[in-house]
Amino acid sequence: MPLALQTFSSVKDANAALQAAGTRYLGGGTLVVRAANEGDGSVSSLVRVTDPGLSQIAVSDGKVRLGASVTMAAIARHAELAALAPAARAVGGPAIRNMATVGGNLFASAPYGDFAVALLALDATVAAEAGEMPVETFLASRDTSRAVVTAVGFSLPEAESFRFLKVSRVKPKGVSVLSIAALLQRTADGTMTSARIALGCMADRPIRAKAAEKALLGCKLMPQEIAPALAAAGEGISPITDPIASAWYRAEVLPVHLGRLLLS
Amino acid sequence: MAKVPVQFTLNGSEKAEFIESGTTLLHALRDKIGDTSPKGGCHQGTCGACSVIIDGELRLSCLTLAETCNGADITTTAGLAEGGVLHPLQRAFLDAFATQCGFCTPGMIMAAKVLLDRTPNPSREDVVEALSGNICRCTGYEPIIQAVLTAARANSQSAA
Ligand SMILES: Cc1cc2nc3c(=O)[nH]c(=O)nc-3n(C[C@H](O)[C@H](O)[C@H](O)COP(=O)(O)OP(=O)(O)OC[C@H]3O[C@@H](n4cnc5c(N)ncnc54)[C@H](O)[C@@H]3O)c2cc1C
Ligand code: FES
Ligand code: FES
Repeated sequence: MPLALQTFSSVKDANAALQAAGTRYLGGGTLVVRAANEGDGSVSSLVRVTDPGLSQIAVSDGKVRLGASVTMAAIARHAELAALAPAARAVGGPAIRNMATVGGNLFASAPYGDFAVALLALDATVAAEAGEMPVETFLASRDTSRAVVTAVGFSLPEAESFRFLKVSRVKPKGVSVLSIAALLQRTADGTMTSARIALGCMADRPIRAKAAEKALLGCKLMPQEIAPALAAAGEGISPITDPIASAWYRAEVLPVHLGRLLLS
Repeated sequence: MAKVPVQFTLNGSEKAEFIESGTTLLHALRDKIGDTSPKGGCHQGTCGACSVIIDGELRLSCLTLAETCNGADITTTAGLAEGGVLHPLQRAFLDAFATQCGFCTPGMIMAAKVLLDRTPNPSREDVVEALSGNICRCTGYEPIIQAVLTAARANSQSAA
């Protein structure tokens, strides 16, 4: 069924149009046009916003704001966002990265959503016309969300404190067996004072490994000290099964890859 | 379905068309304009056969709506040869036996062109990364990688 595209210059007008049944926002189109090509009849109309503000990257005083239309390729090549480049480069091949947006990645179901995993570890906020909310709240409510996401914001992580790992079977590009992002704060002697760990493919959307985060507090990044955190990593997970890996396999390899990330 | 006007530059020529809203660029190029060099393989973004260059960036024409290309500068593989002389990448693909059924070839060439435009002397790793969104079921990839490296060498020699 053909799609009809409506183009607006303002988010306000797009939000009004999005209230109509069968209407979805068009980001880079890598998921929504793909769904239409596959015959998904639930989408009959698409809405987009041309406001250039949605494609802006702003970095100042350690704060980052990424417009929802910013692409993975733009993040990967931005000098001040080097810490995030591994997460942006994890999304698809070169053409997909030129199209895939930050806003769209927030809505991508597992095994996709690698960049959203990074945003969850970074404790980002998600902005819409009505205001901002923590990314965790956003992810929990995204299925019923009918408003244009305009931007995400977060504090730029210090070098060394942010780590990202995507595990895939096809190199250099393949969908995730799992992805992990960690924001780790440590004292000068290496004792962990705070840890945020986000996991991809361990549910239908990015989730936090809260038990592992707790078990890491007061630890140094050494094999014996992190063992309880690795043992706790599987608490509360419900991995997906797809042609790449079964839920059982994903759960089995999670502690191994989390250990590698923490000890890297 | 409402028709909408779309204007863009295709391989250096101005195109102005009325297309059905929601038409993909792949469909508009092949079925409306008659440029069949981008191939429709999967229509899911997975195979890369439909790759084109839009404003200097590699994009998938099967997932791009034609209306979003208003004012854009689009290059397809059909636009590479000049005056009947093949582009160095096209020549290298033929010479290195990097094309068998040829279905993936236009997409591979587009991905390789973007790479060489930005990185004239790529490493093998750069080439593998640049082609990582393009699937070939015939060649085993090695001849393709060699063709791109050969074209890069030919380019740097002619520039020297
Ligand atoms: C071949 C292929 C490989 C891929 N590989 C990966 C991968 O490795 N990792 C990965 O994470 N993803 C991957 N993806 C999925 C996808 O490309 C990314 O998740 C991408 O970031 C989605 O963004 P988009 O702008 O293209 O989304 P779109 O397709 O435009 O939109 C997706 C959904 O989000 C909604 N949406 C988009 N933007 C907004 C907004 N600003 N406000 C409100 N709603 C919005 C849309 O309405 C739609 O429902 C892949 C996709 C393909 C086709
Ligand atoms: S036809 Fe577009 S990627 Fe396969
Ligand atoms: S040459 Fe046949 S698909 Fe690549």
